[in-house]
Amino acid sequence: MNGRRRFTRAQKTPILSGIIAIVVLIVVLQLWLFTATMNAYLGGDHTAALPAAAASAACLLLILGLLRYVYQLDR
Amino acid sequence: MSRSDPDELTIAPDGRPMEEQPKWRRDFPIDVPEDHYVARREFTKFLALTSFAFVAGQAWILAKSWFGGSADSRELLVARLSDLPVGGTLQFDYPGPGQPKLLVRLSEQEVVAFDQRCTHLSCPVIPQVAQGRFHCPCHNGNFDLATGRTISGPPRRPLPKVELKVRGDRIFAVGVTERTS
Repeated sequence: MNGRRRFTRAQKTPILSGIIAIVVLIVVLQLWLFTATMNAYLGGDHTAALPAAAASAACLLLILGLLRYVYQLDR
Repeated sequence: MSRSDPDELTIAPDGRPMEEQPKWRRDFPIDVPEDHYVARREFTKFLALTSFAFVAGQAWILAKSWFGGSADSRELLVARLSDLPVGGTLQFDYPGPGQPKLLVRLSEQEVVAFDQRCTHLSCPVIPQVAQGRFHCPCHNGNFDLATGRTISGPPRRPLPKVELKVRGDRIFAVGVTERTS
């Protein structure tokens, strides 16, 4: 027996909309992070590169986790 | 025929529920609400790809920071004070060819030099000594003549500053300092 709850489409649609809203926010955060890091790098400040890359990678992992959940919704 | 989802409108030719259908059929639904759902799911995948692109960009910056090498800081005789009048300017290449810099004599004892490439899109800036600025004609960017800092226009970063040493009558360039503010 599959213990995971199956959602109807009427339930899945708002869940997916919520996930998209979170993912868009994270991607905008990554865009800001990238422009700030590029500005610092071109200005000769190389100290921000490592923490910014780590933060951006963490954002990607978060998004991949949400994407995995989206795929699980369809199973 | 059985349908596990009461909202499901699409009925496959074999009559089985959609979750038992092949992936291609689930990815190209017939009914509009299901198509909207699939489109949103695909958009989420596209956003994940965008996120990956940002991480790749950050990794590129990190690699350039670690392996990009340090700036050349060799000493170069740029000019003699006696050859440059107060308010005069001189273009020179430093640290190598194709890297234009501008030397400005602000007063009897004060000389400054900056990169000639605008920090916006690398157009060459023009010294306007009377107005006390470097002017970039491409997008009307202006930098302060004495400090190289942005006065107006799209550039966000100041012009990279050339470190100078004056020994007697001779002016030497000894390094370039990039700045964020």
